[in-house]
Formats: sequence, C-alpha cells, structure tokens
Amino acid sequence: MATGIIQLLKRHKAQVLDTWIQKQLANEELREDLMTNDDLRTQSEELIDMLAKTLTEENINQIDSADFDEVFELLATISISRARQGFSPRETGLYIFSLKEAIFELLQKQLVDAPATLYTEVLKVSRLLDSFGVVTLETFIKGREEVIYRQTEEIADISTPVIQVWDGILALPIIGTLDSARTQVVMESLLQRIVDTGSSIAILDISGVPAVDSLVAQHLIKTVSATRLMGADCIISGIRPEIAQTVVHLGIDLSNIITKASLASALKHAFSMNKLVVKRIDVVEKKAF
Amino acid sequence: MDKIPILRMGQFLLVTIQIDLYDRLALNLETDLVSMVHKTGARGVLIDISAVSIVDSFMGRILGNIASMTRILDAETVVVGMQPAVAITLIELGLSLTGVHTALDVERGMALLETKLGPMDLMADEDDNSE
Repeated sequence: MATGIIQLLKRHKAQVLDTWIQKQLANEELREDLMTNDDLRTQSEELIDMLAKTLTEENINQIDSADFDEVFELLATISISRARQGFSPRETGLYIFSLKEAIFELLQKQLVDAPATLYTEVLKVSRLLDSFGVVTLETFIKGREEVIYRQTEEIADISTPVIQVWDGILALPIIGTLDSARTQVVMESLLQRIVDTGSSIAILDISGVPAVDSLVAQHLIKTVSATRLMGADCIISGIRPEIAQTVVHLGIDLSNIITKASLASALKHAFSMNKLVVKRIDVVEKKAF
Repeated sequence: MDKIPILRMGQFLLVTIQIDLYDRLALNLETDLVSMVHKTGARGVLIDISAVSIVDSFMGRILGNIASMTRILDAETVVVGMQPAVAITLIELGLSLTGVHTALDVERGMALLETKLGPMDLMADEDDNSE
C-alpha cells in the first residue's frame, strides 16, 4: 500500500520534523533554559531518522521486536540526559507524545480521502508511540533513581567527617540518624583515622543525631567497643536532655562509656586524660616579658 | 610446625604474632603463654596482633581466654595494634573482649602495663633483686 505510514513517514520526514519542532516550540512550558533550540532539533532529527530507518510494515505491530532495540537505546539516552539536565517527567513524556501529534497531522493531511485507512494507521502509530513514551518514562525514573542513589552515597560520605581536634584527639560529629550501613562507614573511617594519626582518644559527638532509639544506641556502643579494641578511648558527647531521657527510659546501659553533655566538656576530659593543660596567659604578664 | 615466640622483657612477656593464626597454633600459644607466665612469674603479657588481618570467633575467644587465665596468675594482658577490619569483625561477632586491655601500639601497650602495675612492681623488682 503506497499510502502506508512507513512510506509516508520516509517521504515526509522533514515535514514531520518541522511540525514536531514547531509544536514543541509553541509549548509554553518549553525549557529553553535547559536546552537550546539547536540541540532540541538535533535530538529530534536523530530520533525521527532512526524511526524511519527501523520501522517496517511487519514490526510496526510488534513493539517488543528486536528491530526497536536501537530506537529504545536512543530513547534511553535522550531520557537519561534529560533527567540529568533537570527536566520533569511530564516534559520528557510530552516530548515523545508531541511527536505522535505531528505524525497524526501528516496522516490526516495525506489520508483525507480514506478515513478507514487513516483510522488503522493512527491506531498503529498511537500504539507504537505510547510504548515509546512508557520506555522513556521508565528510563527517566531509572536515571533519577541513579542520581538519588549517588547523592545518598555522597551525603553518607560527607556527613561523617573525622576531625583531628588536637594532637592525639579525634572528633567525629555524627549528623543524621545512625543505621547499620552508616555505622559501618563511621566505624571504618574512625578506626582508619585512629591508625593513621595514632590518636588515643576519639570523641563521638551526637548533637546532630535527631533521636536515639535502642538500635541507634546499639550502633553507638558497637562503635565505642571497636575503638576500645583498637586501643583508643571513646567519649560520647553532645547528649541532649531528651536523648538522656529516652536512653534511660529504654533501659540502655551506657555506664561503661564515658558520656559528656557537650563537645567542649568532652574535649576538656580528653585533655585531662592526655595530661594536657590549657592555660589563659595573663596579658599583663605577657607584656612584662 | 610453626611456633609463636614468647619473649621475656623484664617482668613482662612479649608475643608478636606475625602470621594469621589457625586454630591449632592459637591453642598452642595459649598453652605456651600460660605456662610461661607461671614459670617466669611475669606481671604482664603484651600481645601484638598488628600483622593479623583475619580473625574468627575462635581466635577472639582464645584472646579472651588468655586474658582470663593470666589474670588468675596475677598478670594483666594488653592486646596492641589491632587492625580496623579486625576490630570491626570482632564487634560484629559480638566479641568485645571485656577484660582485655588494648593499646594502639607496642610502646603505648608497655606504658599501659607499667602504669597498671606501677607501684606494686617496684616492690616486686626489689624482691627479684634480693633473691
């Protein structure tokens, strides 16, 4: 059939592309800040070329055909790059669905005398592009999940800095809730720093921990025991009154652990353990010298 | 068969474990060490495990046992130089080695033993000299 969608698409590729671009540009929600019009045109042209190349009368009804692997791959690339650029899923979805409209317009113009053919062709195109849209959204979500996963990892790394506050004294301010995975990270980085710096005292500051339940307490005790095994002493500081209350109400025994209310008092304790004295030098005395 | 040397340093015994312990070796070490403490009348035992990269629950228990046994013989045990990975493994296994003293390295371990036994040992030294 000479008027089939495939021939039409191949013959009027440029026209479809123009309509599609126009539709996208006409859309008020177009994010010109995220992507230039030239880039948009290149991306769209690539997709239409690929579509015209792979589409045949046989595979148009078989969406899971292996012929479409390349198209899906291209869609995935577009989708992931859009996810990274900060497009919303709606915008990415509309990008594909506006192609459908452009093709419909072409079909409507070309098949104006044959409504029955128009209907079947529209149905085919619609089904094909719907599945393209779904693939795009799926990859989009996957792309976003990867971004979130990477950010989670980065936050975990950033939020457990081990600081050397004094010669032989390390401090580790914990921000956020301690779970098993984070305890592992905290323990590893703390113990490694103890070895690297030869520090004999570690201060775990939990001012940034929103709540301490029995599980978090258990993780804290684990970390303290591990530092003790290494041969260093561990002080837990930054215990807020409400945390002290929960700990006692839960019946958690912290009596074997040195605990302090603030990082300052923990540091003071660490100084006395290391037999260090901090002295205020009298200004008058200094001038005299 | 491998044997872990036990060195005498004054009133302390020094054990440096340079290889990964297997069960039989650990048991032999336990026996040797306890009889050495008994024979020499040592007041402290320092075990350096800085070269040990793998431990299991058995090894953890042996360390705990050595500490308890030497305590009965009136000697303190200090384990020094534990690797971070080893410490994490022991904690995950639920072995916090209570009763075992720990230090970062041999030097600090020795200092710890000396402070632990300080005042008494001056007397012990005098006794040794007079004998």
